[in-house]
Amino acid sequence: MTENDKASSWPTVADRRLAAAIEVDRLVKVYKQTRAVDGISFSLSRGSITGLLGGNGAGKTTTIAMIMGLVLPTSGKVAVLGHRMPDESAEVLGRMNFESPYVDMPMRLTVRQNLTIFGKLYAVKNLTERIARLADDLDLTEFLDRANGKLSAGQKTRVALAKALINEPELLLLDEPTASLDPDTADWVRAHLETYRKANDATILLASHNMLEVERLCDRVIIMKRGRIEDDDTPDAIMARYNRTTLEEVFLDVARGRVQETLR
Amino acid sequence: MNGLTLHRGLAMHRINAMILRYWYLLLSSWPRLLELLYWPILQIITWGFLQLYIAENANFFARAGGTLIGAVILWDILFRGQLGFSISFLEEMWSRNIGNLMMSPLRPIEFLLALMIMSLIRLAIGIIPMTLLALFLFHFNLYSLGLPLIPFFCNLIFTSWSVGIFVSGLVLRNGLGAESIVWTLMFALMPLACIYYPVSVLPVWLQYVAWALPPTYVFEGMRALLIENTFRTDLMLDALLINGLLLVASFGAFLALLRSAKKHGSLLSGGE
Repeated sequence: MTENDKASSWPTVADRRLAAAIEVDRLVKVYKQTRAVDGISFSLSRGSITGLLGGNGAGKTTTIAMIMGLVLPTSGKVAVLGHRMPDESAEVLGRMNFESPYVDMPMRLTVRQNLTIFGKLYAVKNLTERIARLADDLDLTEFLDRANGKLSAGQKTRVALAKALINEPELLLLDEPTASLDPDTADWVRAHLETYRKANDATILLASHNMLEVERLCDRVIIMKRGRIEDDDTPDAIMARYNRTTLEEVFLDVARGRVQETLR
Repeated sequence: MNGLTLHRGLAMHRINAMILRYWYLLLSSWPRLLELLYWPILQIITWGFLQLYIAENANFFARAGGTLIGAVILWDILFRGQLGFSISFLEEMWSRNIGNLMMSPLRPIEFLLALMIMSLIRLAIGIIPMTLLALFLFHFNLYSLGLPLIPFFCNLIFTSWSVGIFVSGLVLRNGLGAESIVWTLMFALMPLACIYYPVSVLPVWLQYVAWALPPTYVFEGMRALLIENTFRTDLMLDALLINGLLLVASFGAFLALLRSAKKHGSLLSGGE
């Protein structure tokens, strides 16, 4: 088999129902002189919650954007639910969704109007009931007819999460999902994500700076630094390897270059 | 949204969803709704009175009644058609919603079709009152042009969409820093499209450029109809042919600019 043949048959699992939720192979993204992502590879099994950790500029957002197809890789490959991105994105975009601080919901439209439009885009069945259910789950019922621009930051985040869940996605990509929420609401959102994952056997990839959140939610952690994967394991295994009791301590070790010393 | 393929089937429910979004937006802001009427009405009043004055003082214009006011209305169809398209697109950039759309199952062709339909709706809100005002104030009945009005309108709206698609691609690639192009590019066509004067006025070498623009054929056709009572089918067919080429080229440019935006990560920034 030639290299071209190998490339054309990637991802390798023939039955797409059995394929990994996300498969990333030697992914590289170069912006002019900056190597934002530098040859990373990983595979996420279905039904898992994985935390993508790293300081600012580590390459988390670029990685997620390449998985979503919003950014084209310089080289390397991405497959989502067994389909190559971006070539086969039409096959999977309706089965995934995302929330990111880099996008907003239209401000002049009400929450209900925004969710209706996205529900229609994703061809959600029984949309009225779905919106009512999400509003109930995310405590948005009293804001449904309020313009998005008149909501607090925390309320907007919950609306963005409702949009991300509108199509009951098999794969959910979240970039800092609880960044602007108070501790109580953030905790409640995490509980909702856990419940959602269990109920739908969904896969979640979560970029976060909140180490407690990652410890609580994730069964796997990928730590990135300067576009590369520094570590990739379960939270417990990583903390044990670094001889630390919290992921925050591990994060600081990695961010401040104390990795080699700690591992030694 | 898959930025690289156009060959798959269209989904009407997604196009309808986008039209619904722009409809909600339109109704959510009365100043924007008012603006749709404001400029066309201002235009028609200003130019209508000028036409009256000229008609009283110049024999030629007295014979060619309506050429000026007709040109003003047709120019507005061209200009407002593009603005109607582009403003709906800009709404996505202003609200930082473009990433949500790109990540949804919405396809580029569906997005552009929704923008085209929305440009027709916005145009109708602005132009229909304008034509009625022209009728009641200046006794110029645009609809008396009859069936020729259809090819005039179609050719102008096709050009406005081509320009709208192309400038939307530029904004997608370069962010809102390129927004001024949306407001100004159509004016670059103004002297060359020979709105208020015949092509023969231009130097010969510039006439070749003018004849490359579909609106030139429409304005020449309008003058032929109003002055000589002749409908120039040949002009309309030539304009349609060029418009077909322009639409294909603008679609191609939009897809290329979308791909470039994805390559350079512009969709994540969206701003300057």
